[in-house]
Amino acid sequence: MTERFVTRGFVGRRQAPDAGQRIPPGQYLTNDFPVLSAGPTPHTPLAEWTFSIAGLVAQPISWTWDEFLALPAREFVVDISCVTKWTKLNTRWQGVSVDTLLEHVSLDRQAAFAVAWSDGGYTTNLPIADLLNGQAFVAYLYDGEPLAPAHGGPARLVVPHLYFWKSAKWVRGLRLLEHDEPGFWESFGYHNRGDPWKEERYSGD
Amino acid sequence: MATIEWRLATVAQIREETPRVRTFVLDLPDWAGHLPGQHVDVRLTAEDGYQAQRSYSIASEPHSDAPRSAQIELGVERVEDGEVSPFMHDVLMAGDRLEVRGPIGGYFVWDGMAPDPVLLVAGGSGIVPLMAMVRHRSATGTRAPVTLVYSSRTRDDVIYHDELAGLAAHADGPRVIHTLTRSQPPGWTGFDRRIDRQMLEGALDGTAVSTQAFVCGPTPLVESVAEALVGLGFAPGRVRTERFGPSGG
Repeated sequence: MTERFVTRGFVGRRQAPDAGQRIPPGQYLTNDFPVLSAGPTPHTPLAEWTFSIAGLVAQPISWTWDEFLALPAREFVVDISCVTKWTKLNTRWQGVSVDTLLEHVSLDRQAAFAVAWSDGGYTTNLPIADLLNGQAFVAYLYDGEPLAPAHGGPARLVVPHLYFWKSAKWVRGLRLLEHDEPGFWESFGYHNRGDPWKEERYSGD
Repeated sequence: MATIEWRLATVAQIREETPRVRTFVLDLPDWAGHLPGQHVDVRLTAEDGYQAQRSYSIASEPHSDAPRSAQIELGVERVEDGEVSPFMHDVLMAGDRLEVRGPIGGYFVWDGMAPDPVLLVAGGSGIVPLMAMVRHRSATGTRAPVTLVYSSRTRDDVIYHDELAGLAAHADGPRVIHTLTRSQPPGWTGFDRRIDRQMLEGALDGTAVSTQAFVCGPTPLVESVAEALVGLGFAPGRVRTERFGPSGG
């Protein structure tokens, strides 16, 4: 019904085609790095920080901060899109690919989903398939600098092909499950998967 | 779950609240209602099909008299280099139509059912979703004590000033504490600095443990207020935040 609706007088601001092709529908380009989170920023001392993989694995594993920094890392340059409508191109991170992390565990055959959990109680759910093949990493540097607490430091999950709420700030671990378990925003009406190119913003999209 | 459908809203009225903020009153047929704190997505479509979307908070309280309220109010700050808010301020007129969908958001909401005290902390246009909570409290007569700490740059930038003053004047109305950070008119008796721990401690009056806080504003304000509240004894889960960054518009 509303497909052909035109807003009187609206012209809008289009991007150059090369940038425009990289901006998912309903998003706009920003050069800032907006901050969004549902509560206070946690400040876990690095001496107490660990990253763990647990759940459907033969042997759970946990790294301290120093051990995590010693894991093979690489640079990722990715475009990110937040469900609140902003898209930022060419963000530069340093971190450890989830593929590399999963090489250290033996996954049960039934493991199909992951819950990323964070300091402060935040969670988000993903199919394991969305974390593999270089699609996801745990980042601790942004633009060459330690990741700021407001942006998820000391470390955050980054899953750039999904809306940015899937990129859990202050991430501390992955729990691998047989079943899908909605995380924080997924339980408050946001889409279970969150593909920006399909505009999967809210439940039912 | 059912899709949140786009629907056509008609602009019923536009009110200037401050030099930079306007209220857009929208007629929404078949609106299923909302909770204070929620927002809507607005979508604009140009002749050639180009579209832009933004999220705007709902300032109006849910209407209790009808299950399907027909009007909502959005508070929109003009972002000078923005794409959507200048259009809404300069071009949009009463009678125009907009595509809207919502309500959206289920965490930064207050339904007024719990008797616990509520602390609202606003910076600038961050007052908008909190105003829905203040109005809801007034409309429903709920007894939960509500304190609003509201930071604006100047007296002219205070959104909903007179309405807040009217509500605060009632014996069981909300407490409203203003601070003006950039300049203060002669005779100003409120605060004149950024919201800090000491100001919040005074506003809480010893009720931190049982209080639910909602903080909305620009990121530096939200970060510092949320941290101060945790320092004053709030469990992090009782500090709910929402932000308006400088970008967007």
